Amino acid sequence: MSAQAEPKQPPSSPVETGTAMTDLTKPVVAADGAGAPSAQPHGANRVEPKVTTTDVKVFYGSSEALHGIQTEIPANQVTALIGPSGCGKSTFLRCLNRMNDTIEGARVTGKILMDGEDIYDKSLDVVLLRARVGMVFQKPNPFPKSIFENIAYGPRIHGLAKSKGELADIVERSLKRAGLWDEVKDRLKEPGTGLSGGQQQRLCIARAIAVSPEVILMDEPCSALDPIATARIEELIDELRRNYTIVIVTHSMQQAARVSQKTCFFHLGDLVEEGDTDQIFTNPRDKRTQDYITGRFG
Amino acid sequence: MNTVWLAIVVLVAMGFAYQFGTQASRRAAVSSATKLHSLPGHYGMLVALWLGIPALAVILLFALFGDTVVRSLVMGALPPDILALPQAELLTVMQRIQALASGFGVLGEPAAYELSAAERLRTLQTTRDLALVAGVAAAAAAGLVFALRRISPSLRARNEVEAVVKILLIGCSTVAILTTVGIVMSLVGETLRFFSYVSPVDFFFGTVWNPRFVTVGSGSADGYGLLPLLWGTVLIAAIAMLVSLPVGLMIAIYMAEYAPPKLRAVAKPLIEILAGVPTIVYGFFALTIAGPALSGAGALVGLDIRATSALTAGVVMGIMIIPFISSLSDDIITQVPRTMRDGSLGLGATRSETIKRVVLPAALPGIVGAFLLAVSRAIGETMIVVLAAGNAPVLQPNPFESVSTVTVTIVKQLTGDIDFASPQSLVAFALGLTLFVLTLGLNVLALYIVRKYREQYE
Repeated sequence: MSAQAEPKQPPSSPVETGTAMTDLTKPVVAADGAGAPSAQPHGANRVEPKVTTTDVKVFYGSSEALHGIQTEIPANQVTALIGPSGCGKSTFLRCLNRMNDTIEGARVTGKILMDGEDIYDKSLDVVLLRARVGMVFQKPNPFPKSIFENIAYGPRIHGLAKSKGELADIVERSLKRAGLWDEVKDRLKEPGTGLSGGQQQRLCIARAIAVSPEVILMDEPCSALDPIATARIEELIDELRRNYTIVIVTHSMQQAARVSQKTCFFHLGDLVEEGDTDQIFTNPRDKRTQDYITGRFG
Repeated sequence: MNTVWLAIVVLVAMGFAYQFGTQASRRAAVSSATKLHSLPGHYGMLVALWLGIPALAVILLFALFGDTVVRSLVMGALPPDILALPQAELLTVMQRIQALASGFGVLGEPAAYELSAAERLRTLQTTRDLALVAGVAAAAAAGLVFALRRISPSLRARNEVEAVVKILLIGCSTVAILTTVGIVMSLVGETLRFFSYVSPVDFFFGTVWNPRFVTVGSGSADGYGLLPLLWGTVLIAAIAMLVSLPVGLMIAIYMAEYAPPKLRAVAKPLIEILAGVPTIVYGFFALTIAGPALSGAGALVGLDIRATSALTAGVVMGIMIIPFISSLSDDIITQVPRTMRDGSLGLGATRSETIKRVVLPAALPGIVGAFLLAVSRAIGETMIVVLAAGNAPVLQPNPFESVSTVTVTIVKQLTGDIDFASPQSLVAFALGLTLFVLTLGLNVLALYIVRKYREQYE
C-alpha cells in the first residue's frame, strides 16, 4: 500500500510536511487561546497530556522511519493513530514503551515525556516502564500456558501478589475488566491458545491490565478478528478509557472514528495532521488526510 | 566391464536421441503449422527415454540372468556320472571348468569332459556377449523409431516425461525403504538362529557376559547375559547427556537470544565443526588426553578414576554430542514466534525472564525431541567407547571403572578369527537388533514429540 502511496508524494516531502504542520497547528493554538505548545485542539474536553513527545526520530540502521514527531497523548482518552501501511504509526507506538529497543539496529532520538519524566533517560528502568505502559499486539499472542497462568504471568514477575489468594483476585479482576470472566471462569486451567481469536485478544488485554498499567498501547488489535469479536473489543476499549490512557493503531477508519477521541494521521514517517477525531473525519485540513479518509489512497 | 561400456554407449546415444527428438518436434510443428503441446526439449527427452529405458532394461536382464543361463547350458551338457555327484563336488567341477575357460588353468591334468565343457562355456560366453550387444541395439533402435514416429504437436510429451521422472523418484525412495527392510530381515533371521542356541530369557535377563569358545551345537548357553552390556551403554549415554545437555542448551540459548548477528555468524559454524570431527579422533583424544587428565583430576580430589572408564567415554561422547543438541535446540528456540517474546517483554519481563518462563517452556517439547535424538546417537556410538571405556563387561555401578557397551561387544564378537555359524558371532546380530529396536523407539518418540510441538504454532 505504501508503494502505491509513495509516487504521489513529492520528493521534497519532509520540508513540505514541516510547513504544513506549522500551518495547521498554529491557527488552532491561537484559536484555543492557551498559547502554550501543549495546547490541544480539543476545545471543551481539553485534558492533561499523559505523554508528550518532542522531535522523535527513529532510525532502522541508516534509514529514518520517523521524521521528528511532536504530539501529545491526552490522559484517559483513546488516541487513534491512522495512516497507510509503512507510514510509521506502529513504529511511533512502539517508541512509547521502548519496544523498539528489542529490534536490532533501531535507534530513537528526541524526547518522550510520560508524566513529565523522560522515558529514554538512562536512569529509567525499561522493565518498569513496560509495566506502566502495557501493550496489545496485532495478532493475539497468548503464551502456551493455561488461561490463569497467562494473566498471572505479569503480576508474578513484578511480585504484585503477596499470596495465592491475592493472585487469584488479580486474575479475576483483570478477566472481569476485559469482559472475559464469564466465558472462562470454569476453565481457567485450560490452555489460553484453545480460546477463539477474539477471546484470545481479550485474554491479552486482560494480561496487560493485570500489571495495572497507566497506558495501554494497542497495535491493530482487531485486524485478525471477525466483525463480532471486533465490536466486543471496541466496546471494551471504550470502557477501559475510564481507567487507562489508550493509544491504538488501526487501519480501519470507521474503528478510529468509533472508539477514539483524538486522531493522529501519519504519512511517510510524518505526523501530517492531528486533532479531535470528529474534526479529522468531518473537516480535515490537509489534502493528504482528506484523500486518505475518503479512501483515495492507502 | 563390457556391460559398463555398453551402458555408457547407451547414455551417449540418449544424448543424440535428445537432439533428434528436439529437432523432429520442431519440424513437426512447422509442417503442421500448429503449436507444440510441450517444449521441444520435452520431446527430445521423451525420445531419449524411449531409447534408453529398453536398452538399459536389456542390459539389466543380461546382467541378472545371463550367467545363470550359460551355466545351466554348460551343466546340461556334462556327462551324467558327473551330474550325479554331490552338490559340493559339482560346484568344484564347475569352478574348474570356469578356470579352464578363462585360461587361468587348474591343478592337475584336466579331464576330457572338463576341456570340452570349458570350450563350450567359452563359445556360450561369446554368444552371450554378442547377443547382449545385438539385444541392446535392437531395443534402442525399436524405442527410437517408435518414439520418433509418435512425435506430433498434440503429443503430451511434458506429461509423459514427468510421469517417468515421478517413477524414478518413487524408485529411489523404494531403495531406501527396502534397504531398511532388508537390514531388519537379516537381523531378525540371524537373531532367531542365535535364539536356537541360547534362550531369549537367558539373553535378556542374564547378568553375566562371558561367552566361551564352545563348539557349535554343544548347547552351552552360559555367559550371554545382555544386562552388563546394556548397563554400560546406559551409563555412558547418561554421562554423555549430563555433559552435553546443559552445555548444548546454554549454547543454544546464547546463540538464539543474545549473540549479536556477527558473532553468531562466526561462532555457530565453529561449534558445528565439533560435529564434523571423526569419532575415531574423539576416541584417541579420549584415550590419550581426556582419560589421563580425568584420572589425574580424580587423584587430586582423592577419587580413584581409571583412565579408561565409563566416565572418560561418557565425557568425550558428551562433547561430541554438544553441537547436535545446540544446533537442534537453537533452531527450535528461534522457531518460537517473535510475538511470544514481544508479549512477555511488553509486560515488563526482562530478557532472561522471557527466556525462562515463555521461550523455553514453549520450546520444551522440541528440546525433548532433540534430546532423545541425541540419546539414540549416544547409544549407537562405537569408536569412542571401543577406545576409551576399557571394555570390561561387568555389571557394576561405579562410573569410574571400566565398562563395555552393546556396540563395542558387537565389534569384538565380529572381528578376528570367527565362525559365523557359532553363537559367539550370532550373538552380535541379537545385540544389533536390540540396539536397533532401542534407537528406533527413541527416534519414533522424538519425532512424535517434535511433530506435536509443530502443531502448536501452525
